[in-house]
Amino acid sequence: MFDTLILILDSTVRLSTPLLLAALAGLYSERSGVFDIGLEGKMLGAAFAAGAAAAVTGSAWIGLGAGILVSIALALVHGFACITHRGNQIVSGVAINFLAIGLTALLGQDWFRQGGRTPPVTGDARFETLVLPFADALREVPVIGGIYSELLSGHNVLVYIAFLAVPFTWWVLFRTRFGLRLRAVGENPAAVDTAGISVTWLRYRAVICTGILCGIAGAYLSVAQSAGFIKDMTAGKGFIALAALIFAKWKPVPVMFACLLFGFLDAVAIRLQGQQVPGIGEVPVQAIQALPYILTVVLLAGFIGRAVPPKAGGTAYVKERS
Amino acid sequence: MTAGQMPRWADYILMPAINVAAAFFVSGLVVLAIGENPIDAVRILVWGAFGWNEGIGFTLFYATNFIFTGLAVAVAFHASLFNIGGEGQAYIGGLGVAFACLALDRFVPWWVTLPFAVAGAAAFGAAWAYIPAVLQAKRGSHVVITTIMFNFIAASLMVYLLVNVMAKEGSMQPETRTFEEGGRLPLLDTILPGVDFGSAPANLSFVLALLACVFTWVLIWRTKLGYEIRTFGANQTAAIYAGISPVRITVITMLISGAMAGMMAVNEIMGSQHRLLIEFVSGYGFVGIAVALMGRSHPLGILFAALLFGMLYQGGAELAFEMPAITRDMIVVIQALVILFAGALEHMFRPALIKLFGVLSAPATRPA
Amino acid sequence: MSEQLAIELEGIDKRFGAVQANKDINLKVKKGSIHGIVGENGAGKSTLMSILYGFYHADGGEIRVDGKTVTIASSQAAIALGIGMVHQHFMLVDNFTVLENVILGAEGGARLSEGIGRARAELKRLEADYDLKVDPDAITGDLPVGLQQRVEILKALFRGADILILDEPTGVLTPPEADHLFRILRVLRDEGKTVLLITHKLREIMAVTDEVSVMRRGEMVATRETSKTSMGELAELMVGRRVLLDVEKTPAQPGAPLLSVEGLNVRDARGVDVVKDVSFEVRAGEIVGIAGVSGNGQSELLEAIAGIRPARSGIVTIDGTRIDLAAARRDPAEIRSYGLAHVPEDRHRMGLVTRFHEYENAILGYHRDPACGRGAFLDLDAIRATARAGIEKYDIRPPDCSLKTANFSGGNQQKIVLAREIERDPAVLLVGQPTRGVDIGAIEFIHKRLVALRDAGKAVLLVSVELDEVRALADRVLVMFDGRVVGERAPETAESELGLLMAGATQEAAE
Repeated sequence: MFDTLILILDSTVRLSTPLLLAALAGLYSERSGVFDIGLEGKMLGAAFAAGAAAAVTGSAWIGLGAGILVSIALALVHGFACITHRGNQIVSGVAINFLAIGLTALLGQDWFRQGGRTPPVTGDARFETLVLPFADALREVPVIGGIYSELLSGHNVLVYIAFLAVPFTWWVLFRTRFGLRLRAVGENPAAVDTAGISVTWLRYRAVICTGILCGIAGAYLSVAQSAGFIKDMTAGKGFIALAALIFAKWKPVPVMFACLLFGFLDAVAIRLQGQQVPGIGEVPVQAIQALPYILTVVLLAGFIGRAVPPKAGGTAYVKERS
Repeated sequence: MTAGQMPRWADYILMPAINVAAAFFVSGLVVLAIGENPIDAVRILVWGAFGWNEGIGFTLFYATNFIFTGLAVAVAFHASLFNIGGEGQAYIGGLGVAFACLALDRFVPWWVTLPFAVAGAAAFGAAWAYIPAVLQAKRGSHVVITTIMFNFIAASLMVYLLVNVMAKEGSMQPETRTFEEGGRLPLLDTILPGVDFGSAPANLSFVLALLACVFTWVLIWRTKLGYEIRTFGANQTAAIYAGISPVRITVITMLISGAMAGMMAVNEIMGSQHRLLIEFVSGYGFVGIAVALMGRSHPLGILFAALLFGMLYQGGAELAFEMPAITRDMIVVIQALVILFAGALEHMFRPALIKLFGVLSAPATRPA
Repeated sequence: MSEQLAIELEGIDKRFGAVQANKDINLKVKKGSIHGIVGENGAGKSTLMSILYGFYHADGGEIRVDGKTVTIASSQAAIALGIGMVHQHFMLVDNFTVLENVILGAEGGARLSEGIGRARAELKRLEADYDLKVDPDAITGDLPVGLQQRVEILKALFRGADILILDEPTGVLTPPEADHLFRILRVLRDEGKTVLLITHKLREIMAVTDEVSVMRRGEMVATRETSKTSMGELAELMVGRRVLLDVEKTPAQPGAPLLSVEGLNVRDARGVDVVKDVSFEVRAGEIVGIAGVSGNGQSELLEAIAGIRPARSGIVTIDGTRIDLAAARRDPAEIRSYGLAHVPEDRHRMGLVTRFHEYENAILGYHRDPACGRGAFLDLDAIRATARAGIEKYDIRPPDCSLKTANFSGGNQQKIVLAREIERDPAVLLVGQPTRGVDIGAIEFIHKRLVALRDAGKAVLLVSVELDEVRALADRVLVMFDGRVVGERAPETAESELGLLMAGATQEAAE
């Protein structure tokens, strides 16, 4: 029973990681007042770029860099449309999602001719698992050994980066000048403008942060969790991340717990697939898969707390003329 | 929209045309990057869509889907609501169609089944829009986010139903049994004399879609309800002043919008697939956003935009066949670029165009 | 030139499209003084100050600060020159603490910890120096508006402002809060700061300024020493020629009450009581005017009677139909059906859909009427005919009902609303700010219409912040202050007496 639990929790960590990176990515953008339903597309684009670059160069790190660059490029498209041209943020997000789906498949086939896949990455082209010090020695220690050796040790570096990004994001948001201004511009851009700070540049920096984190999330999928890019491999993770972000009310530490919860549900769903649970029978996996969305809707409806989005979110900033 | 001063025709025709041209220009660059000739690609695409009978049939078939999902988005736009849940509403709408067909197809001819299928599609689609609508109207949770969530909930629900409840007995396929004659709409070329669309599934639903366009036009511009929807969409405070209930209008508009999206399933399920299967919506709901934007939320504009996207779908398939380097995914890229340029970047060319029309001297209302 | 001038403007021009908002403005503001700038709404005061604060760029002219010619390209540049601004709508982040709001844009380092200690100390000092007490750790949005304004002032001072611009600072304040603000401004002046006070309220100018400049229609028409001028002179300068306010009308012959309001109480979204136990009657053939400084409950009173805003309690009787406003959710359409028409205070926000064709606005609120079409459908021919009749009768120009409403001038837009509301023969008309932003010719026309409606035996309830307008039109004047009706007077009553009531006479008497 304990081993099963450790196994489920271990896969929870793996499954939460891309959600966490993407949700934190969304946090920067949305806190600055730019809604982003294009997390999915940025992740997918990054996954493809990382997979392709890693396969070609044989370096996972170059893959990661390529993923981040592509993701930033897509983020800048979003910024160009929504910040510079005051376009509709939702529509722009939809466009970016489609663009990523189409381009990754099209270019994937054109470059590698493997049905949209990139060639499998092995060795240095993939992020290896890191074994924490004494993990092997402690393995036999009851309880603690299992937790340390299985749960905390034995992940790739991006997992640790993702979880370290949580306190880092908190620190940026609440302890730096950039964070203060970022939070302000999402609530009242006019206050930022009249304080002599450029709203445009601030929001661009926020969407670039989003691009970086989405890039890491995408790279995690194709050169860490899996060995290569597969068509549509994000499979809605960007939207679950968005749900997690809302569920966590746009706050960094709760975002981590929301992602862990949603990752856990996913791990449980995989585990229960086709299994008979005593007393219940076969649990419909789909119900568990839908749970993140249902929980988010229930939260949005105000039945468990209240999720108030950044006040200026979703609208472009126009200098008042009255 | 913005208070730009342009002739109406420029706003409704020239502006979208320029935006689409920009999208195609960038698409051409993509084709070029792959190492094919963009001009040839366009020729193949247009010919594939309109150059032969079967191509036209497919174009019309795809256009039918886009008309429904485009109208769904447009109706909501008129009330300033952004229904991004067409995908899920269409999916659930399929359930309504399937129930009608499965119940009746063995006993009655198609024209008896049809009204039930349409009603089922509309009712199920509307029902799926109802909860987000009520949550927005009464609890202030944003309809954009809730409808996204409902898309995913719909996907899970449909997979569950098709795998565990509705699947044909003894089959591992997540789909229902195939409908008999009574659950199949006649093809368009069997109704129209002298027309032959070959194997294309263009069916009676296209006529239904045209009727939906007319219905929407009448609703929005010729009825009191439409007047209330537009008033609410343009100025909520004025709507309240005029005695228009925000809750009522939000819910009714979303119900109509959801019903429109749901009816897309009539074309796919009763018109073409003749069985309910998973993922039959495959993005049509999202593309509806682009169709509505390009068509400026006007039924006539939507009809043309839907035909354009129908052309892209059909011509794109032909393109993938003729130029193997370009896969069907090219369609998705072009689609994305059209959404980007005609939607998110719709204001990019506007200032230049306004200047071009030199109507800046018209009286502006900008008191200090 | 060597006289100590904080600000000198020369030949400032600014236009927005076809509107010349500022025309050849010259202004000299002495260092260490409180300088008032008065003018009616739309006179160009806010535009001028926005130029000074780098929010807009002037099309022409020169700005000198402390004797040096400067270009103020951005708010940042203005701040660097020691100019601070307190905007009419506060530029605060509601969910920030006071301290966070104060340091925003002047954090003193990339990490907040570098500057926050110093900021706290600086706030303490400012508090001591200028009597500006605010809890630095309070959440700004939870503070009353008076304190929020103080945060704005602190923000400016924290950035080292020597010149402080306040744009209509008292619009949102209660009289005691306003008085406190004036005390602060005097302290600031005495400490050597220069204060520019933008307002359209003459009483404030007289109370606190050293010098005053008057703006009218984008031009600076005069500058006076406050001690050597009077409210009368300033008012004349503000308005220019007085053409309108003598409305020709015969004495009223009031009949039976058509509108009665009993015990009306309204609480707003913030939980503040804005209308307190108001009762009055308006009789047939009578115009009752409500005078008051804006923000004393007049707007909420109108909206509650019209059913737009929920009331906590109150009975309204319209032409014999008794309505308990608190009993059920009243619907404006229902109340309208009892014979009440309503010309709202803000036609852009409420009275019109500017994006619509003129004829579509001609039926707003009456669109369910069978006259607009049978059953569910609209009869556009009939609607256009109605609209054309209104255009003719009210001389709406241009006379084209298919034009978008946004393309009509303010006066013509107001006539569109009036035609719609009056021509359906209501028993009672509520009318708020009937001539706000309306040109002079239209003002006269609108006033005549209202009197004609009265003479036709209808009841008119008029709310206006223009005291002259209320006195000219009304047969009886009710004065509202702090949500209550504090007195009833004849319109001939001296302006000074009404002014006292409007300013909360009891308080004034105590001083």
